[in-house]
Amino acid sequence: MNIIRTFRIGGIHPEENKLTHEVETVAAPLPKQAIFPLSQHIGAPAKPVVKKGDRVKVGTMIAEAGGFVSAPIFSSVSGTVVKIDAAVDATGYRTPVIIVNVEGDEWEEGIDRSDKLETVEAHPELTPEGIVESVKAAGVTGMGGAGFPTFVKLCPPPTAKAECVIINAVECEPYITSDYRLMMEHADEIVVGLQLLMKAAKVDRGYIGIEVNKPKAIALLTEKVKADPRIEVVPLKQRYPQGGEKQLVDAVIRRQVPAPPAIPVNVGAIVQNVGTAFAVYQAVMKHKPLFERYTTVTGKRLAHPGNFLVRMGTPMRELIDLCGGMPEGDNKLLAGGPMMGKALTSVDVPVCKGTNSVTVISDSEARRKPADPCIRCAKCVSVCPMGLEPYLLATASAKQMWDKVEAECITSCIECGSCQYTCPSHRPILDNIRFGKSKVMGIIRARNAKK
Amino acid sequence: MDLVLVAVIALGAIGLVSSTVLYVCSKKFAVKEDARIGEVAELLPQANCGGCGFAGCAGLADALVKGADAGSIEGLFCPVGGQEVMGKVADLLGMAVVNTEPMVAVVRCNGTCANRPRIAEYSGLRTCAAMHACGAGETACGYGCLGCGDCVAACQFGAISVNPETGIAEVDEDKCTSCGACVKACPRGIIELRKKGPKGRRIYVSCVNRDKGPVAMKACKAACIGCGKCQKECQFDAITVANNVAYIDPAKCRLCRKCEKACPTHAIVSVNFPAPKPATQPAASVGAANVEPVNEGEAKQ
Amino acid sequence: MGKLIVSLSPHAHGTDSVERNMYGVIIALLPALIVSFFYFGIGSLVVCAASVVSCVFFEWLINRFVLKSDRLTVCDGSAILTGLLLGFNLPSNLPVWIIVLGALVAIGVAKMTFGGLGCNVFNPALVGRCFLLVSFPAQMTSWPVVGQLGSYLDAETGATPLSLMKTAIKTGDASVLNDLPDSLHLLLGNNAMGGAGTIGEVCALALIIGLVYMLWKKIITWHIPVSIIATVFVVSGLLHLANPVYADPVAVVLSGGLMLGAIFMATDYVTSPMTHKGQLIYGVAIGLLTVLIRNWGSYPEGMSFAILIMNAFTPLINTYVKPKRFGEVLQK
Repeated sequence: MNIIRTFRIGGIHPEENKLTHEVETVAAPLPKQAIFPLSQHIGAPAKPVVKKGDRVKVGTMIAEAGGFVSAPIFSSVSGTVVKIDAAVDATGYRTPVIIVNVEGDEWEEGIDRSDKLETVEAHPELTPEGIVESVKAAGVTGMGGAGFPTFVKLCPPPTAKAECVIINAVECEPYITSDYRLMMEHADEIVVGLQLLMKAAKVDRGYIGIEVNKPKAIALLTEKVKADPRIEVVPLKQRYPQGGEKQLVDAVIRRQVPAPPAIPVNVGAIVQNVGTAFAVYQAVMKHKPLFERYTTVTGKRLAHPGNFLVRMGTPMRELIDLCGGMPEGDNKLLAGGPMMGKALTSVDVPVCKGTNSVTVISDSEARRKPADPCIRCAKCVSVCPMGLEPYLLATASAKQMWDKVEAECITSCIECGSCQYTCPSHRPILDNIRFGKSKVMGIIRARNAKK
Repeated sequence: MDLVLVAVIALGAIGLVSSTVLYVCSKKFAVKEDARIGEVAELLPQANCGGCGFAGCAGLADALVKGADAGSIEGLFCPVGGQEVMGKVADLLGMAVVNTEPMVAVVRCNGTCANRPRIAEYSGLRTCAAMHACGAGETACGYGCLGCGDCVAACQFGAISVNPETGIAEVDEDKCTSCGACVKACPRGIIELRKKGPKGRRIYVSCVNRDKGPVAMKACKAACIGCGKCQKECQFDAITVANNVAYIDPAKCRLCRKCEKACPTHAIVSVNFPAPKPATQPAASVGAANVEPVNEGEAKQ
Repeated sequence: MGKLIVSLSPHAHGTDSVERNMYGVIIALLPALIVSFFYFGIGSLVVCAASVVSCVFFEWLINRFVLKSDRLTVCDGSAILTGLLLGFNLPSNLPVWIIVLGALVAIGVAKMTFGGLGCNVFNPALVGRCFLLVSFPAQMTSWPVVGQLGSYLDAETGATPLSLMKTAIKTGDASVLNDLPDSLHLLLGNNAMGGAGTIGEVCALALIIGLVYMLWKKIITWHIPVSIIATVFVVSGLLHLANPVYADPVAVVLSGGLMLGAIFMATDYVTSPMTHKGQLIYGVAIGLLTVLIRNWGSYPEGMSFAILIMNAFTPLINTYVKPKRFGEVLQK
């Protein structure tokens, strides 16, 4: 364990700006009105099961899964459904939402609100299928940002065999500290969550990958997992994008996931975020569906940045006001961190299942600098964690040479933004690659459909 | 003498070897070309204007022959030669004559800077595709023209330009060959190929906003709010309203222009009609004055 | 509340910029410039100043009146760098009008005709130098002896170590090599016996300090300089072992423009390959070509030509040498 591990290709180390590392989490006040977008996850949007005027409680299902890869949505507040309408969500477009007017705080019965730690040993009745079913029913999705339904990951395709579960506690994005606070405040639950995930995936190896800039969390979790020899806490060198699934698998178990369509389980790993592990614990042990999460609200110019336990559906405006309001001047509001977050066009976008952070970037950092010509310095090539040539992909995409970019593995791009971060000419490399990637994915889909 | 002999023999030998190599290459690497391509190309005007969307007449001829082999030459059209030439080509290739009316690209967005307030600032790659992926763009309208000119870049004929005053793409009808490149380039599907119409006269709904009326109104003063007034006005059943946006079927439209007057937001646009006679001008201003009561009706809705 | 700004991710950017890299290289060149002033005096300053000023002037002129671009590329430091590197590749007694001609070819022909910054195929400074070398062979191969601080055009000249090496090979007489200064003198550059070479190449140590600075600031990676120097060292070492008319490898590596070329000219961003693997291939090929030209070509120095030849191969290397893709090992 002397050599601190990390992934093997590329990577950068952006300025961390973890302003809220030691700010204790507080529960955010209930919003006046909660907005629930119907697609908070990857896959088919959920289908509403309530109608205008219905009374809902905290934890009432308001929309059911709309397909296999989909997840139900639960109300995080009690009150009346005002309307089923469209509102701007994190994509920047108006999408279908359910809007609930908040009245009181009445919870569904059956949700265990006590703090008592339930261990796996105390519940021998739990079966792997039962855990997967509970996770599915509770609408748990990946809490790290992408929002892939968790139960799908726990049921690998028959061609692959899971060997271990890796908990992603890397939090390599600058600014964000919600996972760190969760670890510091709910370490026991996370370990039980991991044990549940391992049981559900029928594996007997578990890892928790944490970057070394969180020594307290490493010490705390190492202490907590002592009792279970199957679980190992793996300290990792600070490096972006270590929180990317493929990079994390490479860093922790030294296996590289092949090019898409391969997924981590093809090399035996199931990767879950710490937030997800916590949500799994709550879903299985406390019968509490996913309707609240830890979210960091941060920004250099915010008066009081902090970490909050937020009911989903809370508009970001209310969280920002809690932190002292939007700074003067033009700002960039991000759902997520500065490397992979989405810039929002409205402060009324609600917090969703994947919103790990609300980041406000101000002043000169909010605007991009004008692009200079590419000087072919090759820095983008050396930082690309997927071993691609971003300069080439960007240029060929801009010139719409789809065959060329496909041959150059554009679909492997994980859109981490390292290339654009490092580019001395401030070129919009990732903007171009993203365009090319979506085109090529479309072409590949069309080709597969023809076959 | 020797010198001359050596020179002649040497050069002769080089010539012989080279010619053999050339002969072998020309036989071995010969490209067999379909004879029909040449025949079709001869029928075409040979202006090599590129109006068909191919690089010159040979390109179109090639595409026509390939299309004929595949069973259809639909979509291939020489705008210069027109119906006459295409008829001859179809005869030659043994295909049915494809009836093609002259078309023109139409940008269906009214969201000028004056109509659509800018609510955000975009600071990234200035292409419509990137801006579209980023969200609604600089305005609250998630359907309207982004004004970054992906269509301009796609147009090979310089027929589209983004008007710096309105921030919206505009089509130069004279240059447009209706090749459809801009239609494919627009990430929001705003551009449509429509019948050019008699004397270039046509009426269309210049908006594709599918938001509900009040939301669309808030985003853009000239948005189609899907109120259906035009549909009621139309006597030819040419207008359909779906997803909160009206569409005028060019096949049924008789260019009566009643719908244009009925539209409370002026989202319906008519082009190339003669300027209104002085007598009718007061009527037009009355139409403009009518906007307000209409809006009230909208609010009640 | 002000407007919200939107763009696609990433929303953060590192501190790197074109200026930072260009001025970084210029700073790395300063030790060599100072040393050259110490050895050549006023002549080195006049040559470098003339070269920098004329390069910047031509860049501005062409941008303003030929390309009609309103972007001020003069400030990014690339023209200053080209000028400085061109000056470093010239003898310190070269008349100004020749330098201006060289700058015109470097900026006008080698850089701007291809489209300016980032688009050139060949290293502009080297194109300028090679143009002058073939156009004015007499002026370009008369090397002032070090230590004449006050003289410029009238400086005394002498034979460089490289020409001694060439003579040894041509005559097959290894004793000529005894006139070579020892390695320490070559490293420091205070070779009092003969001509010292161009302004930039006089002191290998100063150039190595520049290399260390650039590596520290992460302006370049080690791949190109190390592969060139190692290749030259190994190949000329083998030759020396086989036949002592070939000079010993330490002298070969430290003399002439090898250090300058390997550290500053071959590592030029625009004209070198993009992948580390490609950079190693490029470096080894430059090393081999340099040894070939030095020992069997008609010029005593082969670095410039070797780099220019490999510049031409850079697009080919970029096409065929790909970085190791993530997960590639497992696929096979």
